[in-house]
Amino acid sequence: MEAAGADPALQRFIAAESQRQRFQQLVHGLSEMCWDKCMDKPGPKLDSRTEACFVNCVERFIDTSQFILNRLEQTQKNKAPFSESLSD
Amino acid sequence: MDGFSSDFAAGAGGAGGAGKVDAGLIMEQVKVQIAVANAQELLQRMTDKCFRKCIGKPGSSLDNSEQKCVAMCMDRYMDAWNIVSKTYNSRLQRERARM
Repeated sequence: MEAAGADPALQRFIAAESQRQRFQQLVHGLSEMCWDKCMDKPGPKLDSRTEACFVNCVERFIDTSQFILNRLEQTQKNKAPFSESLSD
Repeated sequence: MDGFSSDFAAGAGGAGGAGKVDAGLIMEQVKVQIAVANAQELLQRMTDKCFRKCIGKPGSSLDNSEQKCVAMCMDRYMDAWNIVSKTYNSRLQRERARM
């Protein structure tokens, strides 16, 4: 594995595949979550309302994740360090 | 499964012993393993979701209407997966363009 790690082409490959895999993993997770939120009885076709629900579900999930990140950053700036507020 | 992993170890070890690891071979094998892992992930989640949707009270066999439901559910799950993938991907592109 040492020799493999030193190969720059292999390193690039591993980095690219890891990123692709993180993407895939998120798609698996989001599909499952949004399926629970959006899907009624599965019909012969995906209707446009359900499709819109899936799109909104993904967009709002990312918004929520960004909102939480920003808010956490804000509260950290204004208050005591994170490690302290966690320990009380 | 056993053959797959031992082939991988033999390939890497053999080439390493000769001096240099064959990076191309490793990349091919990694790609195959990733594809298998992704297919398993999808299969497992799809089975779980469609079982919940279609089999209310498990009977003595998978009856006709349940089979029809599972078949439709599989297709709809793939549709959903593709929509989620497309939406997430285009959101990533937009976020990148903003930076």
